[in-house]
Amino acid sequence: MFESLSDRLDSAFKNLKGEGKITDLNVAATVKEIRRALVDADVNYKIAKEFTDTVREKATGEKVITAISPSQLMVKIVKDELVSLMGGEATELNAKGAPAVILIAGLQGSGKTTFSGKLANYLKKQKKLSPLLVAADVYRPAAMEQLRVLGEQIGVDVHLELENKNPVEIAQNAIREARAKNKNVVIIDTAGRLAVDEAMMTEVANIKSAVNPTEILFVVDSMTGQDAVNTAKAFNDRLDFSGVVLTKLDGDTRGGAALSIKYTVEKPIKFVSSGEKLDTLDVFYPERMAQRILGM
Amino acid sequence: AGKSTVDEEVLDSLEEALVSADVGIETTVKIIERVEARVARDKYINTSELNGILQEEIEATLVDAPTANNYDFQSDLPKKPYIILVVGVNGVGKTTTIGKLAYNFKKAGKEVLLGAADTFRAAAVDQLTIWSERTGVPIVKQAMGSDPAAVAFDTVSSAVSRGSDVVLIDTAGRLHNKIHLMDELSKIRRVIQKVIPDAPHEVLLVLDGSTGQNALEQAKQFTAATEVTALAITKLDGTAKGGVVLAIANQFKIPVKFIGVGEKMEDLLVFDKHEFVESLFNLERR
Ligand SMILES: Nc1nc2c(ncn2[C@@H]2O[C@H](COP(=O)(O)OP(=O)(O)OP(=O)(O)O)[C@@H](O)[C@H]2O)c(=O)[nH]1
Ligand SMILES: Nc1nc2c(ncn2[C@@H]2O[C@H](COP(=O)(O)OP(=O)(O)OP(=O)(O)O)[C@@H](O)[C@H]2O)c(=O)[nH]1
Ligand SMILES: [K+]
Ligand SMILES: [Mg+2]
Ligand SMILES: [Mg+2]
Repeated sequence: MFESLSDRLDSAFKNLKGEGKITDLNVAATVKEIRRALVDADVNYKIAKEFTDTVREKATGEKVITAISPSQLMVKIVKDELVSLMGGEATELNAKGAPAVILIAGLQGSGKTTFSGKLANYLKKQKKLSPLLVAADVYRPAAMEQLRVLGEQIGVDVHLELENKNPVEIAQNAIREARAKNKNVVIIDTAGRLAVDEAMMTEVANIKSAVNPTEILFVVDSMTGQDAVNTAKAFNDRLDFSGVVLTKLDGDTRGGAALSIKYTVEKPIKFVSSGEKLDTLDVFYPERMAQRILGM
Repeated sequence: AGKSTVDEEVLDSLEEALVSADVGIETTVKIIERVEARVARDKYINTSELNGILQEEIEATLVDAPTANNYDFQSDLPKKPYIILVVGVNGVGKTTTIGKLAYNFKKAGKEVLLGAADTFRAAAVDQLTIWSERTGVPIVKQAMGSDPAAVAFDTVSSAVSRGSDVVLIDTAGRLHNKIHLMDELSKIRRVIQKVIPDAPHEVLLVLDGSTGQNALEQAKQFTAATEVTALAITKLDGTAKGGVVLAIANQFKIPVKFIGVGEKMEDLLVFDKHEFVESLFNLERR
């Protein structure tokens, strides 16, 4: 793993012992280290630059309290800034409606189908709702069967149309089924797609217009690198999604993509997914994420 | 057009291009230092000369595959059956890559056998079964939840008795920091060796091309558990550049053999150093 930010800054500040204030001069030496730490954590290069400019401003002139070393103070400033960027009002998922419709979208393999199962499980167990899962991925081999198995594991019904190749129709039919069966929330699992795939992006936009979702969640792999900004922006441009889901946080990735995405699209991260089992869903804690990015 | 001198600004934009392709700071700095050393002698070079130097230096970090000629798919494989174990973290494209490899080997006239050793993820066996039907290649499978090492053992034994040329074994996605799951992979490897002592002949680590610096840790931990011999990078049909393989090549000297450029069975390319590096460059010109 990469060095933590505090280790890096300790070496950067080694020659500055005894200084009472963070000055323009000594901050410049450390800003580069901070930027590199962020980029190694997969924060987008341009965002890391802008971010360190802000940090530089905030840090200059700060008094180094005697109990604290300059590097600790810098780490604190960086961390607080990260937290405030990723935080903001905690926004709960809106699952009100008759039925509420939640559309799930994202790149291939990001964890959409698994998350759909987790969300259904969460809404059923924690919120005492009655969900219907919808298999609207008509492409991936055995995608529908995968969702069917997950539904069975958690005791949630799955709307399946094995022969139908039209995801818009499947979604519309599912909402009809939900109404008929008194389901109060519909979760639509869609196929993975690349942002540059015009036909597939149009398809998901069409699903959106057809079902008028209460929430649209963009599911993203927390191991994603520099490209996270492009993808998030492209999906947001087409879908204007309402929240982000970060998956595979049970790994050891620093997860800088979280910051990049939040910074770029300014949408809340509503859930984190950290495991293959269906009860490994959590709300997002900006503080934890900041510590993780910094390797604390 | 462009500059006639290699100044800070040029090097900065170079750094930005490489880092934005996920090459990582350490490897980027190394590459830039080598470029700097070469241009130091001759300060006045034009952009295309600089690009040439850069391209050479980047290509130099990539490792050549020792058995590259096997992967025209046509050539005879060095062993029969030739066992390829496919590993990687969750959702990177292992099963799809197996489908694509099966298609290519079969098209080249080889007898292929698939082994469904992902018995864990929902519908994993069904997914591989569909690939076996699509490509017209037989599959060895057991019920979901059965021991993956037992499936691998069955597959390899069956390949020996059928006289298959090449065996592709699918495994469940696993994050490299999960010790028990990595131990399970080592066990699969050992069990295969009960049938064929020098197998698996290839351990193919599949990496998602959009992954950032965590891919380095993946390469490290999967190599520790299964002695990875080659890489496949998937999903390069999007805007991600997969530059982290430069960092991996730099640290672990594992060759890249395949790239995935789509979801269909035709969407597999044999890795071409030159083209790959060129695609990193296109970033700058965007
Ligand atoms: N370790 C871990 N694995 C996860 C997590 N979420 C999903 N996965 C795994 O990641 C892989 C891909 O998950 P899927 O839910 O199939 O992803 P998807 O986005 O639906 O994939 P496509 O439909 O092919 O685009 C599977 O192996 C899942 O078990 C997570 O939070 N942690
Ligand atoms: N665009 C694109 N999608 C790909 C490529 N390779 C795989 N995929 C897609 O990525 C998703 C995951 O692929 P899988 O083959 O199921 O991945 P896996 O590694 O076997 O996943 P697990 O077994 O769940 O760990 C599927 O939707 C594939 O169609 C590729 O090269 N390009
Ligand atoms: K991914
Ligand atoms: Mg899916
Ligand atoms: Mg698989």
